[in-house]
Amino acid sequence: MADTILVIAEQREGKLNRVSLETIAAAQAIAAETGTTVEAAVFGSGIAGIAQEVAGKKLARVYAIESPKLAKYEPDGVVAALKAFIQQKKPSLVLMPHTYQVRDFAPQLATALERTLISDATGFHKDGGKLVFTRQMFQGKFAADVSFACPAPHFVTFQAGSFRGDKAEAGASPAAVETVNAQITDGVVRNQPEDPFKEAKQAVDLTQAEIIVSVGRGIKEQKNIELAKALADALGGEIAASRPICDSGWLPMDRQIGSSGQTVSPKLYLAVGISGAIQHIVGMKGARSIIAINKDAEAPIFEIADFGVVGNLFDIVPALTEEVKKAKAGS
Amino acid sequence: MKILVCMKQVPQKDAPLKLNESGTWIREDVSYEVNEPDAYALEEALRQKEKHTGEVVVITAGPARSQQVLREGLAKGADRAIHLEDNGFVGLDAFNMAKAFVAAIKDEKFDLIFTGLQSDDYGYAQTGVIMAELMGWPHATIIMEIQKTESGIRVKRELEDGWFQHVEMPLPALLTIQSGINKLRYATLLGIKQAKNKPLRKVTMDEVKSALGENLQKIEKLYVPQKTKKTEMLDGTPGEVAKKLVDKLRNEIRVM
Ligand SMILES: Cc1cc2nc3c(=O)[nH]c(=O)nc-3n(C[C@@H](O)[C@H](O)[C@H](O)COP(=O)(O)OP(=O)(O)OC[C@H]3O[C@@H](n4cnc5c(N)ncnc54)[C@H](O)[C@@H]3O)c2cc1C
Ligand SMILES: Cc1cc2nc3c(=O)[nH]c(=O)nc-3n(C[C@H](O)[C@H](O)[C@H](O)COP(=O)(O)OP(=O)(O)OC[C@H]3O[C@@H](n4cnc5c(N)ncnc54)[C@H](O)[C@@H]3O)c2cc1C
Repeated sequence: MADTILVIAEQREGKLNRVSLETIAAAQAIAAETGTTVEAAVFGSGIAGIAQEVAGKKLARVYAIESPKLAKYEPDGVVAALKAFIQQKKPSLVLMPHTYQVRDFAPQLATALERTLISDATGFHKDGGKLVFTRQMFQGKFAADVSFACPAPHFVTFQAGSFRGDKAEAGASPAAVETVNAQITDGVVRNQPEDPFKEAKQAVDLTQAEIIVSVGRGIKEQKNIELAKALADALGGEIAASRPICDSGWLPMDRQIGSSGQTVSPKLYLAVGISGAIQHIVGMKGARSIIAINKDAEAPIFEIADFGVVGNLFDIVPALTEEVKKAKAGS
Repeated sequence: MKILVCMKQVPQKDAPLKLNESGTWIREDVSYEVNEPDAYALEEALRQKEKHTGEVVVITAGPARSQQVLREGLAKGADRAIHLEDNGFVGLDAFNMAKAFVAAIKDEKFDLIFTGLQSDDYGYAQTGVIMAELMGWPHATIIMEIQKTESGIRVKRELEDGWFQHVEMPLPALLTIQSGINKLRYATLLGIKQAKNKPLRKVTMDEVKSALGENLQKIEKLYVPQKTKKTEMLDGTPGEVAKKLVDKLRNEIRVM
């Protein structure tokens, strides 16, 4: 399969991670431009059903890489199984979603094959004969075109949201599913994972909030959070924050928005002193309206905001709070 | 426990960045700081040492300016430092960067290596995992807690959407540390003074060159991303902006 793109789909606890469909959509788009075929693989234990689900998409073939040793995710078994599989099938391009699990094993896999991984790509294009991948750099302030300077197989992970999962084309008939029994020798697996768990129940559920005022590191000091709270109160909304604010203990963890916090979709998300890193954006881009206040006109948050104010939050937030109060008193 | 901490120097978060002439990186005349998760990695190493005794060594690769991050590490309590000092190091891809680190520490015996989970500038999120594989060590990523056990360590990995997982692993091992794992300390004046007398070993490009290969990937160009969404910018004095915003809140967003 020298001219094959291999998508490694992700399953967790027996469920297909939907972000895998985005990766399939990416592979189909690349295949359309390069005249390659697309195959997919899922790994785990007892995953025939998931392989069937994946096979509903327009793919040349789907592999179910099975081993009882793959029942619980840990990187060594996965790398052993995928390394052998890739060495045998020789795909030219291996695509994966940039999930926490992939971040954990994919650099090990690429290194074990003495190859490289272009991580967290957001798109691709053809430049002459060459496939070039786009990725964000400097926390989204710049983008870079990156290419491979080594022989295949080439490894790429795509950031969630870069392609639309619902655009992954379905096949006219289901793709053939082939079971591959992975040989994972004893002693290969070194880590012993326990079951995933959630921390104690969250005290606030921001997913139901209609108005969220969210503060970032631009707030500078813990005591200044009061400014944002006053605005949230005036608007009748909830206060939330970016990760560094919660890391510092200025607001409790359950008010964190983003990939490692809550995902919200309020009517209004007002981002105050937040730069708009991708891990934050994924948690709030579903908001109906976004207002951003930031002193840096180049801040990536303005890329997704409906309304933007470039300026000092310490001037603007108190003025806005007063104006909201006035308007509410008057109406 | 003997712990190595990889600390990278990155442009300061608020620094205005400009493209260099060849359009492959930023201009170097900006202010720099310690990559955020690396500061947490150092703090965690110091806490582990305080609990279990041992040694904390900090390492960086980069030009002369990057010695600053080692000075900061030493001032906070690291015992010694290793500087892979050459302008060429920053031009390496993560695969070769990891090879350079492995070559530079080949005569050392660490129980643990900590890296940040990713850099704030390039953000490859790979250097640590690659190092582990090159050395034949187990690794775990995005770590939020480390406990020593009889036979090794038990760590808490952060997963997506508020999920976590404990993992038992043997030593030696490599961990990539997530910001927020602990609360950072400040360097004391005494610490800053003592740092001046702590050992700092320099490693030249020549010493590790034989371990390196060609870069496996290439940055074709760097550019300011095209805006895809039209943000309506509101300007004026704070009072004027506030009035405009309230008008939007009332009549367009309709939340008032
Ligand atoms: C072709 C190419 C050209 C490049 N050119 C330049 C350039 O001109 N200038 C430039 O500054 N960068 C350049 N880079 C970036 C490059 O040096 C990366 O920093 C390197 O590949 C490591 O990746 P990363 O920083 O994204 O690390 P990640 O894998 O995201 O970092 C994870 C962790 O590894 C550790 N780590 C990584 N690098 C270092 C380091 N240098 N010192 C100490 N700890 C470290 C840290 O603990 C960090 O938290 C280039 C990269 C490529 C691929
Ligand atoms: C695996 C992983 C998971 C993560 N999960 C999350 C997550 O769930 N949620 C999350 O938020 N982050 C998460 N992060 C961190 C994320 O990458 C960013 O580091 C973080 O979102 C940045 O927070 P910030 O915007 O508040 O800070 P910064 O990026 O430091 O931005 C501060 C902003 O404030 C502006 N500012 C400063 N002063 C003023 C002023 N006076 N007036 C107006 N504006 C001002 C600045 O211009 C800047 O844009 C995660 C990272 C990783 C690697």
